[in-house]
Amino acid sequence: MTRRLSLAPWTYGFIVALAMWAATTAYSGFGSAGATLSGALAFGAFSVLVGTGQMFVVASGPGNIDLSVPSVLTLAAYLSMTVMQGSDGMLLPGLAAALAVGTVAGAANFLAIVALRLPPIIATLAWSFVFQSLAYNLGGQATLKPPAGLSRFTAMSLGGVQLMPVAVMVLTLVAMVALKRTVWGRQLLATGQSEPAARLAGIGVGRVRLAAYMLCGTTAALAGFLLAGFSGGAALNMGDAYLMESIAVVVLGGTSVAGGQANAVGIWGAALFFNLMATMLNTFGIQAGVRFLLTGALIILIVALVPRPRVR
Amino acid sequence: MSDAAARVPARFSSQARPALLNVLQVGLPAIALLVMLAIIFSIRPAAMSYFGVHLLFKLSVPLVFAALAQMMVIMLGDIDLSNGAFVGLITCVTALYLSDAPAFAVLCYLVLVAAYAGFGLLIHSRQLPSIIVTLGMSFIWLGMAVILLPAPGGSAPAWLAAFMSWQPPLMPLSIWLALLAALAGHLVISRSSYGAVLRGAGGNPRAVERAGWSVIGIRVAVYAAAGVLACLAGLTLTGLTTSGDANVAPAYTLLGVGAVILGGGSFTGGVVSPVGTVIGALTLSLAGSLLSFLQVPPTWQIGAQGVILFLVLAGRVLLSERTR
Amino acid sequence: MMNNPTPPGTDAAPRADSDIAFIEVRDVRKSYDAVHALGGVDFHLKPGEVVGLVGHNGAGKSTLMNVLAGTVERSSGDFNLGGHPIGPWSAALAQQAGLRCIFQELSLCTNLTAAENTRIVHRPLRGIGWRRRARHMIGPVLDEIFPGHGIDLDRKVADLPIGERQMVEIARAFTQTDIGLRCVILDEPTSALGHEATEQLLAHIRRAAGRGIACILITHRLNEILAVCDRTVVMVDGKVVAERQTAGLSRSALVELMGSIERPRERTAGKIASVAAPVMRHAGRDAADLTIEVRKGEIIGFAGLDGHGQRERLRAMFHAARGQRQALPGAYVAGDRGSEGVFALWSIADNLTIRSLNALTRGGMISSAAARKLAGSWSDKLKVKAPSIDTPILSLSGGNQQKVLFARALASDAQIIFLDDPMRGVDVGTKQEVYRLIRAEAERGRSFVWYSTELEELTNCERIYVFREGRAATSLVGDAIDTGRILQASFGGENV
Repeated sequence: MTRRLSLAPWTYGFIVALAMWAATTAYSGFGSAGATLSGALAFGAFSVLVGTGQMFVVASGPGNIDLSVPSVLTLAAYLSMTVMQGSDGMLLPGLAAALAVGTVAGAANFLAIVALRLPPIIATLAWSFVFQSLAYNLGGQATLKPPAGLSRFTAMSLGGVQLMPVAVMVLTLVAMVALKRTVWGRQLLATGQSEPAARLAGIGVGRVRLAAYMLCGTTAALAGFLLAGFSGGAALNMGDAYLMESIAVVVLGGTSVAGGQANAVGIWGAALFFNLMATMLNTFGIQAGVRFLLTGALIILIVALVPRPRVR
Repeated sequence: MSDAAARVPARFSSQARPALLNVLQVGLPAIALLVMLAIIFSIRPAAMSYFGVHLLFKLSVPLVFAALAQMMVIMLGDIDLSNGAFVGLITCVTALYLSDAPAFAVLCYLVLVAAYAGFGLLIHSRQLPSIIVTLGMSFIWLGMAVILLPAPGGSAPAWLAAFMSWQPPLMPLSIWLALLAALAGHLVISRSSYGAVLRGAGGNPRAVERAGWSVIGIRVAVYAAAGVLACLAGLTLTGLTTSGDANVAPAYTLLGVGAVILGGGSFTGGVVSPVGTVIGALTLSLAGSLLSFLQVPPTWQIGAQGVILFLVLAGRVLLSERTR
Repeated sequence: MMNNPTPPGTDAAPRADSDIAFIEVRDVRKSYDAVHALGGVDFHLKPGEVVGLVGHNGAGKSTLMNVLAGTVERSSGDFNLGGHPIGPWSAALAQQAGLRCIFQELSLCTNLTAAENTRIVHRPLRGIGWRRRARHMIGPVLDEIFPGHGIDLDRKVADLPIGERQMVEIARAFTQTDIGLRCVILDEPTSALGHEATEQLLAHIRRAAGRGIACILITHRLNEILAVCDRTVVMVDGKVVAERQTAGLSRSALVELMGSIERPRERTAGKIASVAAPVMRHAGRDAADLTIEVRKGEIIGFAGLDGHGQRERLRAMFHAARGQRQALPGAYVAGDRGSEGVFALWSIADNLTIRSLNALTRGGMISSAAARKLAGSWSDKLKVKAPSIDTPILSLSGGNQQKVLFARALASDAQIIFLDDPMRGVDVGTKQEVYRLIRAEAERGRSFVWYSTELEELTNCERIYVFREGRAATSLVGDAIDTGRILQASFGGENV
């Protein structure tokens, strides 16, 4: 029997995030509320973007995980900046190059897993070294400047509403619909719950997983493209923070590491929670260590409290 | 028993893999290690000296211990993503307290190891995925380390730094320590009667439970042992760098996993080799030196490490295919 | 055929009176949810006695064994050990009492060597030289039971062929250290053993009995029972239905004891297979393995003892159906619901429609309305007992889960449906409903290939292939199908 809790686990992130926003506002005055939120939304958008791709991979079955996310992000940023050379006219080719390299990277990850029968964690780790090296060679140590148009886009707001977080919210919506209402989405969740059962239900398990890895590469690449515009260029360590964070937001967002269950909206809650907690602790003048400590404790607490369905 | 084999129904005809394969699984990274050394020595014969080898393997010592810690956890079919952050925390504790307040430092180590064991207990009793709990643990260790030491600093006790730069007879310290660690690991995990039970618990916990062992006790003990080994990694690392740094070793987590898998381990549980793991760790830390000896441009070195990882692992797949 | 290693029964009588029963259970029951695996069983075992336990799949033999071995806790009933009543019973206590078990699924750690596996069950094997002592413990036992076995005790069990693994497991059960060995329960110990090894094991069971070690032998191979057992216990539907001294018992009498309980019903499928061309032909792997032909609207049965290649053939056919020149839409209903059937996190509706998603897609999106309609109509048709189609599948009883899996196949576009012993552990009412539905669907032109371990079920089929030793060995058509013939064909080729 599955007992329904009064609140679904993925809402915890939103609630904690809201509480932190309130606490920050109460501390530093009502006027700062908007700025606090828009900052969290802008930074959160990148975590969500990366997390959404990771979610597809994690949901595709136990043991599936993509550790190459940070290096794909960096590589795509460098490649697109190189293609665009700071020119607004090359925006579309730059975007296309980023997405293409992300897709290929995802396919390469999956191929290594299947062909060499490696655990995903090892295959994606080895590829991440290779991607990182490619990024070095594209950019050297220098920071590649983005075209002004891209920077403008990532910071653009219409009537006080930031464009980029809204765009990422639309993407979240698309991911949600894809999981619920497309054949691939249903097959992905079925594969994640039980590979043998999925095979016997006539699902092409390999094809479904390949698509998940390719999507993960693509979203990481898109995040790299946008982040380069947002933060003033491609830098070698730009992806580092997203390795653990991409996994953490997925799990706190209500996606099960055992596979077969994904929650796209929940990622927003977790991402906002991460960013607002950073803001709150900064406002209070509390150092970064406490933030990490709280993050870790909350991850374990939430995972330990989430009720899991008992499979007989 | 050819008669028996012939009459076995189809579902039973599992391939009998020759024992040769097991040897090769540990042997392959060893061969890779030797090939790398041969290349280095042929390019720079001067490296074939006490001091040359000392320089080549100096930084491998902490990685060897970190990889062994990871191996303990993988032996149970789990994975530890907090290993690198824990090593960083230990360097902070060591650099801050070990020289001035040794008793307090030792107390810290004990509490931290107990915390490791406690997380093992939590994972077992709530049947949680180790990957997420240890991810959370990594944030906790990192947070504690940053609170203790917001910026790299402190200093290693003189005796520790002296020990790490000690030049023992015959072979450099790093080689002695690697040999000792491999030998001790081999005796405890691969040879001892309790090692058999531990590996059994990783492979078929139900069978071990049926025979009357406490699998929960085993998990707690193994996590505690992983904590102790990670402490050793942190201590030796502090001795080398002579300071504490919360962010010094995040790479150890995944390099350790790589070393275990290179050394013939598997995520299915119960299949690990301490000797292979030590060789795997040496291979991974030597790969960097090899590439600079080969004058691979620095920008390609990381990528080449990834390729080496693929090559050795692909070799294993090909071998098991061939012998099937 | 065995050459009767020791004439059974001759030396059992005088010993039997003098000793108190080593184990005696009265009115033992065990139920899982609504399923009664054991419905009041009396069983006793004297020191040095060899008892054979026979019955069909699901008769409760393994459950009884697990209760005796302490790996499953009884729901109720008295348990006496050596004349003393025992309360809660556990695997550890059973171990202490000198009771050992050879389980059907091997309980060796395959990542360890034979010697190391011996260590797992014997705590005194520790300290310097334990490995040598472990080898000296299991080696001689192996040599005694299976002379000339040639097993390397220092090789990983995973690297041994399955027959040798079984020998190691058997030998390990007969080893002893500080605790005296009193009783060994063997559950299908010979299924993976060759002819010679089987005879060696049977001879050893008699030798062990002579030393006062009691044995319970569970096997489908009746000749083995007749060759070594003092007493034979027949179980049907979780109850003991017959108990006989083996001396004087014949094989056919034993088959009758098992079969007579099964009341053969009127054959419901009397229709003679049509002469139309088959929609699927699946060749066997050699000349002794029959080609399986399926015609439109036909119900084909796979019979034989469990694990003789039926499931593998069924899977092969399922995959082959998709690859045929004229792709034949197929669906598979798994019997192992938990691991191969249900999607545990989903509702009835989601589980039911997963096989039909393409048909439910309107303009790239799955239409929820169409999906709910499909799920609703099929769950009504199968009378799935649930508050709504949004009920989580795991909150249903096993029978109702199975109905959802049936509905998944029937709601799809499948023209050929493979049934993998889907009625295991399902109550009688549900079975009858599903049988009716299968026949109705067959009349509408769908074909079924049905693997069943329940003989009675196979009377629904028009043609039956009886499997033996991994091959489709015998085919029975129409009126030739009856439980007696199926049993005969299943047991026929074994050690005779």
